[in-house]
Amino acid sequence: MILQTIMFYLFAVVAVASGVMVVSAKNPVHSVLFLILAFFNSAGLFVLLGAEFLAMILVIVYVGAVAVLFLFVVMMLDIDFAELRSGFMRYLPIGALIGFILLAELMLVFGSWAIAPGVAGLEAAPLPANAPALTNTRALGDLLYTRYIFAFQAAGLILLVAMIGAIVLTLRQRVGVRRQSISQQLARTRAETIAVVNVPLGSGAAMEQVGGPQARGAGE
Amino acid sequence: MAVGLAHYLTVAGILFTLGVFGIFLNRKNVIIIMMSIELMLLAVNINFVAFSVVLGDLVGQVFAMFVLTVAAAEAAIGLAILVVYFRNRGTIEVEDIHMMRG
Repeated sequence: MILQTIMFYLFAVVAVASGVMVVSAKNPVHSVLFLILAFFNSAGLFVLLGAEFLAMILVIVYVGAVAVLFLFVVMMLDIDFAELRSGFMRYLPIGALIGFILLAELMLVFGSWAIAPGVAGLEAAPLPANAPALTNTRALGDLLYTRYIFAFQAAGLILLVAMIGAIVLTLRQRVGVRRQSISQQLARTRAETIAVVNVPLGSGAAMEQVGGPQARGAGE
Repeated sequence: MAVGLAHYLTVAGILFTLGVFGIFLNRKNVIIIMMSIELMLLAVNINFVAFSVVLGDLVGQVFAMFVLTVAAAEAAIGLAILVVYFRNRGTIEVEDIHMMRG
C-alpha cells in the first residue's frame, strides 16, 4: 500500500512536471520528448489504477505513433523557433490568469462533488474485480467486441479516413520526373519502333529517328 | 494516506489546465498548441479511467480507448495540414493563418 502511494506521487509529480516543460520548453524537440515522458508516467498511473490494457495502448499509440509523428514533423520543418516564441512573455499573464481560474474551478468541483447514493447498482458493465478470473484485457475485449462493436467499427473507419486524408494532403505530384511506364512499354509494336532504311551506298547514313526518346528505353 | 479518486482527479485537472495554459502561452507555434491538445486529451483519459475504476464500470475504459483513437487521428490530420501549410507558406505562425478569410 505504501509502495503504491509512493509510486502514485512519483508518477503524478513527474507527469505534471513534464507537462509544465511541454508548454514552456524553448526547443520544440524537447517539448516532444517531455510529452513522451508525460505519456509514460500517465501509463504508470493507469497501471496503478488497474487498467493495464489502456496503459499499454497509451505507450504504443501515443509514444510509438503520435509522439514520433510530432518529432518527425518538428525535425522535418525548417522553422525559426526563436521567432515563434516572441510573444511568449506577452501572453504569459493572461494565460496564467485563465489557467489559474480554470484550475480553481476544477478544484472546487473536485472538492465538493459526491456520488449519488443509488448509483452503486447502475454499472453498465461491472469491472473484473467482481469476477477475479477475468483480466482487464479480457474484460475489455469481451465488452468491446460485443456491445460496442459498432463503435469499434466506427473507430476503425475514423482511423482509415485519417490515414487516407493524411496521405491525400501530403502527397505531392512532382513534375519532370521520368518514371517507367510499363503499359507504354508493352503497348509498343514492332511497326512503330523499327524501320528499314534504304541507305544508298557511299553517301553515309542520314537516318531519320524512329520512335520517341522514351520508347527507345524499352529495348528489343 | 491512501490514494483515492480525488488524487487522480487532481492530477488530471492540473494536466488539463497545463494544456489550456500552453495554448495561451504559445499562441504562435501550432506544433506546441497541438501538443497541448494532446495533453488535455490525456487528462480527460485519466479522468475516464479513474472514474471507471472507482465506480466499478468498464465502459469508462472503453470510452477512453475511443478518445485515444480520435486523438491519434486528429494528430495525424493536423500534422498533415501543418506540413502542407508550411510547404505553401514557409512558416507556421498561427497569426498569419487567415488565408480562408472571405
